[in-house]
Amino acid sequence: MNLKGTPLKGKDFENGHVLTTKSRSNAFYAWDTGQGIGKYLQGLKEGKILGTYCKKCDRTVVPPRVFCELCMGSNIEWRVLKDTGRINTFSICYVNWDASRVEHPHLPAVIEIDGATKGHGIMHVLDEVAPKDIKIGMKVKAVWKRKEERKGDITDIQYWKPL
Amino acid sequence: MSNSVAIVGMGYTSPRPLTPEVSYKEMIYEAAIKAYHDANLPSHKDIDGFVTCAEDFIEGTSIFDEYTPDQLGGVQKPMHTITGDLLHGIATAVMNIQTGQQDIVVVEAHSKLSNVKSLDHITHYATDPILTRPLNVNPHAFAALDMQRFLHVSKNTLKHCAEVVIKNKRNAFKNDLSCHAQNLTVQEVLDSEETFRPLTHLQKASPVDGAFVFVLANAKKAKKLNKKPIWIRGCGWISDSPSLETRAWDTCDYAKLSGQMAYRQAKIKNPKTQIDFFEIDDTYAFKELQHLEALGIYDKGKSGNALLNGALDPDGAMPTNVSGGTLGVGTFHDASGGLRTVEMIKQLRGEAGPRQLKKANTGLAFSWRGVPTTSGITVIYSRKGA
Repeated sequence: MNLKGTPLKGKDFENGHVLTTKSRSNAFYAWDTGQGIGKYLQGLKEGKILGTYCKKCDRTVVPPRVFCELCMGSNIEWRVLKDTGRINTFSICYVNWDASRVEHPHLPAVIEIDGATKGHGIMHVLDEVAPKDIKIGMKVKAVWKRKEERKGDITDIQYWKPL
Repeated sequence: MSNSVAIVGMGYTSPRPLTPEVSYKEMIYEAAIKAYHDANLPSHKDIDGFVTCAEDFIEGTSIFDEYTPDQLGGVQKPMHTITGDLLHGIATAVMNIQTGQQDIVVVEAHSKLSNVKSLDHITHYATDPILTRPLNVNPHAFAALDMQRFLHVSKNTLKHCAEVVIKNKRNAFKNDLSCHAQNLTVQEVLDSEETFRPLTHLQKASPVDGAFVFVLANAKKAKKLNKKPIWIRGCGWISDSPSLETRAWDTCDYAKLSGQMAYRQAKIKNPKTQIDFFEIDDTYAFKELQHLEALGIYDKGKSGNALLNGALDPDGAMPTNVSGGTLGVGTFHDASGGLRTVEMIKQLRGEAGPRQLKKANTGLAFSWRGVPTTSGITVIYSRKGA
C-alpha cells in the first residue's frame, strides 16, 4: 500500500533527527500482605493451600480473606484445602511480551480448588500437558517447589499438571 | 432542604507511620464497618453507591478502582474512584445524591504511604516530562519556591512559619490520632535539618498510614439514620494551571476560587464571622498561612501576626487545625481530607473531648493535593442544614 508521508526509521530517532525525551521509571513498592494473604503465603511455604469459610454465607473462598465481602462479617474459619482442582478456564499464549512468537506456549488457567465453594479458585499456570489436551473441567494437581526452595510466594507452586 | 446532603457516619483507623500487620483492604474494612455502625445502617446493602479516592501511581496498581469494592461491601454496586483528595470524594458523593438516583453514598480514602518506597520519585512524575522532569529537581523544592515567593509577597516571616509548626504539634497532644505531637521552640524548628531552603525538616508533614470512610445521605435518610447529621453546606474545587512557569504564585488562586465557590453554595458572605473553625492544609507550615489568606480569612500578610497573637489557637477567634493538622497527626496524602472531616464531625457533634471548641456550628475544611499541583478543595460543614 502506498501511503503519503515521511517514513521514519529507528536510526532517525537514534541520530536525533526526531526530537524525543526519555525517562526511566523509579517506582518501588512493598505491599503489606496483611493477615489474610500473609497467612495464605505462609501456608504455601508449608506446602498447604489455605482458604477461609464464612459461616453466615456458607462459603469457602480461596485466596482467603479475613472478612467476607458479601455479608461484611468477620466470623470466618480457616480451612486447609486440597492441592487438587479442576480447570475453570484457560488460555494458550503464543506471544511474548515483545510480540515475538514463543516456542513453548504459556498456559495460564483459573483452577477451582477442591474443598472450596464452586467458582472459587486461584489463578496459576499449567505444564506437563499438551496444549491440545487441555479442557475445561480437567482435573489437575499442584506441582510444588522443593520445601527448601519455597519462600511464601504464589510461585511456591511451580505449576499444575493433569491428575 | 430536599436537596441537602449530610454525613451520617464516620469510621477510621488509628494513624501510624507503619502498618505491616494489615493490608490496605483490611485497613479499609475496619474503617468501613465502624462507619456503618456509626451511621446506624441496618446493612451495608442499604448503600446505593461508593466513591473512593486514590491515585494508581501511589497504590502501585493500575486501574485501582477494580480493587476497592470488596472491603467496603460494594460488590456489584455502583462504584468509581477519583484521583483526588477525600474532600473531592465528598463533593462527588454530594452530586451523586443530588441527582436523586442514590440516597446513601459512601466515600473512602486511605494512605499506605509506608508501602511506597520511592515516594519522592512518584511525586516527581507529576511534573511535566519534557519541560521540568529532565531538570531533576526534587518535588519538595517546588514547595520551597512557593514558600520563598509567599514570604516575599506577603511579608510573613520564617518565624511565623515556625509558629505554625509549634501550634499544630502542640494541638496534637490533645488528639489521640496524632503521631507527631511535640513541644518545640521557634529555634528548634528553624534549626532543624535544612532541606529545601527556606524549608526545614520540621516544617513538612510526615507520612502516616490510615483509612477513612464516611457515609453520606440525603435529608430524608439522614434524619432517620442519625440524631446528629452533619450537613454539607458547600463544596468548591478548583485546579489552576499545572505550569510551574505561569501559575498564580502570588495569589494561590486554587484556594481563593475554591473557597468562593463553596461560600456561594453555603450562602456565606463573610467567612471571617460566619465560620467558627478551620481544618486547613498544612503539608508545609507556610501553606496554612497562605491558604488562610487565600480563603479570605485574613488579608494578605496578616495571618502571621494573627497567629502570634493567638487568633489561630483553640481559644482564639479563628481556631485553625485544632486537630493538630497534618504537621501534628501526619499526612495521609489524598486521604488527608479524611482527617479534616473527622475533626469537623467531632467538633460539630460536640464529641471532640479535650479539644472541644466552645463555638462549633460551622467549620471549613480545605485540602490541597500537594506538590506540584495547584488543585484545592473547600468543604463547609455545619451542625444545621440549609
